[in-house]
Amino acid sequence: MSNLKTHCIFGGIYNNYISLEALLEKASKEGADTFFCLGDIGGFGPHPDRVFPFIKDKEDVFVMQGNYDHSIGNRLDDCACGYVDPKDQAFAQISYDYTLQNTSDVNKDWLRDLPTNYRFNWGGKNILMAHGSPRRTNEFLWESTCSDTFISYLLTKNECDILFVTHTGIPWIRRLDDGRMLVNVGVIGRPPNDGSFDVDYILVHEDEKGLSVEAKRLSYDYERLAKEMEDENLPDEFVETVRTGWWTTCLEVLPSKERDIGPF
Amino acid sequence: MVEINFDHFKNNAKERAALPSPFLPFEHLDTLWLQVTGTVCNLACLHCFISCGPKNDSHPVMSKTQIFDALEEADTHGVKEVYFTGGEPFMHDDIKEIILRTLEIAPLNILTNGILIDDEMATWLGRTFRKSKYSLDIRVSMDGITAEENDAIRGRKTYGKIICGILRLWEAGINPVITVTTCHDELGEAEGRVRFIEMLKSRGISKPRLKFLSPFKIGREEHRGGGYEVHEILKEGDLMEDESFDLQCSSCRMVTAKGAFPCPILIEVEEARMGDGLSDSLDGILLDHPACYTCHVEGVTCRT
Repeated sequence: MSNLKTHCIFGGIYNNYISLEALLEKASKEGADTFFCLGDIGGFGPHPDRVFPFIKDKEDVFVMQGNYDHSIGNRLDDCACGYVDPKDQAFAQISYDYTLQNTSDVNKDWLRDLPTNYRFNWGGKNILMAHGSPRRTNEFLWESTCSDTFISYLLTKNECDILFVTHTGIPWIRRLDDGRMLVNVGVIGRPPNDGSFDVDYILVHEDEKGLSVEAKRLSYDYERLAKEMEDENLPDEFVETVRTGWWTTCLEVLPSKERDIGPF
Repeated sequence: MVEINFDHFKNNAKERAALPSPFLPFEHLDTLWLQVTGTVCNLACLHCFISCGPKNDSHPVMSKTQIFDALEEADTHGVKEVYFTGGEPFMHDDIKEIILRTLEIAPLNILTNGILIDDEMATWLGRTFRKSKYSLDIRVSMDGITAEENDAIRGRKTYGKIICGILRLWEAGINPVITVTTCHDELGEAEGRVRFIEMLKSRGISKPRLKFLSPFKIGREEHRGGGYEVHEILKEGDLMEDESFDLQCSSCRMVTAKGAFPCPILIEVEEARMGDGLSDSLDGILLDHPACYTCHVEGVTCRT
């Protein structure tokens, strides 16, 4: 059976142009025709402007605005990431100030004008892509804190069969009994707090039978990223995450099940 | 960060008195609160905004049927998560059964003082947490780093018992969220927060989780710390852009044995009662109670 089309969906670049470059190359070899980034181009990593040549003015790359992009694009004071804990907010602010300072005006303007969602019909299925959730850009949709009945509500309310989101940094997929799905595609900017160095993305295959969703992992030169972060004097805590695969910051927002997995 | 001009409330109190209260639309039932043990509690904390205690049954313990009916109704409305509070939820005779039933439907948060969590219960909770598809979060209330600080609010000799409950949960594989009401002002500051984390780490809890809440100046807290001043009331135009999402009452309802209420704070306010059951309460509300002021200016959210 041959694929009619393959789409690559990913989120949270977090300035990690190294993993982005690796993703575009790997997913292309896997047959991806189009690429969809669900937002949050900046934050966490080094050299914000190095991301843009890979995603701007590309016919096959579609980029959506996340909360980070909205804030950077509009030159706001903080990232509006949705953290409520002061320690989380403090680390988020370090990333944000660095990214704001090191993003060119022309790229800021580009981020400001990005769309906030995408809708398609693929293989007879209504597809909706949003950053955090369709109702709030910075809403965290975690696997352990989304009931089936809530997901059903979200899908019905937004008239879609498959909803793709990011924002939490941890990928997960829930298929309801009626076949509808919520897919959190994870991020490519940092590992998903599972002790590995790899990052996550999704391939969606359209073929004669319909649609299939495939969760994928990407290896990239994380040591190069870590070194560049050190050279830019980004916090040691961020670098440690890249080198260990465990989150050291912004942990307070994790629900108990997701927090339980990591050592911090 | 949101900047609030506190002087505006005070200096314009007279002019503001004539203004209508802000109306908050109801967005969706994200959160169902259940007052599972009503106002019946094994403690009588001095800051309790609904004056719970061993002798207060103004809201009686909910029957299993009442709880299951509310859960089923919430399920039909697409509820995202459920919270148990009281009173002390672990005083409920059927607590295990209602925990299991709830976790079949949605993630669950339980607000407790931790004192009744013995080894057997902690082990059972740990096992349930690991087996459940959804998150089970236990929030243990504690109001001081020392026995002196805590017991001044929560009662004599409660500090050690609460610590024991926390440690039992931790050893059973549950990392509880320690919820601190900032009756001692310094606990709400960064330094107090660090001291709290250090205390928990010194007890062996390597990944402390903390949530700080401002006191609501109603119920028993009104007698301890003083009530609201006349100007501490919200008026039309006070809410900021996007604030409605942050105010939990735009997406939660509380069900007790006596009916449905907009939030966990106002169950002792008769005028706040919205009807007999959940379906009667899924409408917008006026933010016309002084406690609403606290949620606005302090950015309080009852969410874990």
